[in-house]
Amino acid sequence: MSPALEVVLRTVGVLAAFLVLPLVVGQAEHKVMAHMQGRLGPMYAGGFHGWAQLVADGVKFLQKEDITPAAADRAVFKLAPAVALVPYLVALAVIPLSPGVVAADVDAGVLFVLAVSAVGILGTLMAGWASASKYALLGGLRAAAQLLSYELPIVLAAASVALAAGSVSLTAIAGAWQPSWLLWQLPGALCFLVAAVAELQRPPFDMPVADAEIVFGPYTEYTGLRFAFFLLSEYAGIVVMSLLFTVLFLGGWQGPFSDVLGPLWTLLKAAAVAVVIIWLRVAWPRLREDQLQRLAWLYLVPLALAQLALTGVWVVFTA
Amino acid sequence: MTEPYVPAHHVPGSPTRGLLPGLVKGLATTARTLARPSHTAEYPDVQPHLPPRSRGVIALLEENCTSCMLCARECPDWCIYIDSHKETIPASTEGGRERQRNVLDRFAIDFSLCMYCGICIEVCPFDALHWSPEFEYAELDIRDLLHEKERLGQWMPTVPVPPALDPGAAEPAEIAAASRPARPARTPRPAPTTARPAGPRPASADPA
Repeated sequence: MSPALEVVLRTVGVLAAFLVLPLVVGQAEHKVMAHMQGRLGPMYAGGFHGWAQLVADGVKFLQKEDITPAAADRAVFKLAPAVALVPYLVALAVIPLSPGVVAADVDAGVLFVLAVSAVGILGTLMAGWASASKYALLGGLRAAAQLLSYELPIVLAAASVALAAGSVSLTAIAGAWQPSWLLWQLPGALCFLVAAVAELQRPPFDMPVADAEIVFGPYTEYTGLRFAFFLLSEYAGIVVMSLLFTVLFLGGWQGPFSDVLGPLWTLLKAAAVAVVIIWLRVAWPRLREDQLQRLAWLYLVPLALAQLALTGVWVVFTA
Repeated sequence: MTEPYVPAHHVPGSPTRGLLPGLVKGLATTARTLARPSHTAEYPDVQPHLPPRSRGVIALLEENCTSCMLCARECPDWCIYIDSHKETIPASTEGGRERQRNVLDRFAIDFSLCMYCGICIEVCPFDALHWSPEFEYAELDIRDLLHEKERLGQWMPTVPVPPALDPGAAEPAEIAAASRPARPARTPRPAPTTARPAGPRPASADPA
């Protein structure tokens, strides 16, 4: 296979995954949330249990007028949805489904994914700043504060697994995973999951878009396709974070017949993690802004540091 | 549909304080709801089970209406319109008296005004008005909610049969009257002195 063709194939593969997986997660959210509330959720679009609801939503958003507020910083305002969405596409490219199934096998995969997904929040901040609206500005600053607080526990928890595996390559970490990690990396895993939900600005950590307080935060002024991109980036973020959690803490493709069913195992585990993220949204109320900061600095950071110390001691004494 | 609300601190053994138990309880509740069938009534696809005596629309049995106007006059928001004229019926027998009767020309109910109080149905002395459970008569224009007697009569087949009487209840007046034995023929007063054959009562012919 010629290198050029291979690049095209890999790119198309990532793009397809990027277009399909967030919609699957979004549809799962519609249905799971509905049934958790005793409802049915979408039932008509597409015929079978409303499978095409999000496609229909996309078509609707496409037809809406694209409004830019008069006082907005036009260039930044228009660029923000792309800045929010593209990083997750880039992150998706380096997360391995199995040792062979990965678009770009980066050596420092953990660092790359964490750095890139942090850029995504920059899009929210840009949207909040450029909208020329007090609600958007408040929401944007909340998002920035949230990013600053929760980036630390997420990096520390990821560092713990990297230390245990002796590598920062995602493929190597998942390869070195043992079932015993489920136990002794549990605090780090919980830390990572909570911080990931907070980074995605999902309930119960959705203060940046708290609709009861600040309309819809940074996305207040957005309409049409640009608004849809922000929503899509939220679901793409769930996909990336679920896959990352699977690879780091759940052993990725490890499981029965992993040489054949490897990618399927990764996707299955990631789907379970995504459902948990949806579940948290349904079950728990939104935290207050100060409670959010308290949780990060008083509980998550110390917990992640303790996990890191435990892993360090373990590695020193067993290696 | 749902259990009555019981505050958490009234349930024996339920966690009432602390951060984690409450959060776990929230997860458990949503997971339990997920495992149960949903409550959604898929209305346009599945018809709802309406309770008996549902007040959907008012149906008119035109044959029973005597244009007495009681319903129109009792209606609190004056949403019933009745027009009628008198018709003369020639005498049925030679030399008899001609009779008159009311003929209903128009009977309309404006359902944009009707408040579904049911007073017209209660007040109708001849059971010309009935509650029908039919409710799918929405219109795009409010003026189209004024329904004439033809439309009101179309709802008559949807009127449910009256509910059965309670066990041990008294018989309805109509049935009691119909099932009463016919009045017996009067027995003639026995003659005081002479034995006479029984027969039709003599029209005080006997001076006795």
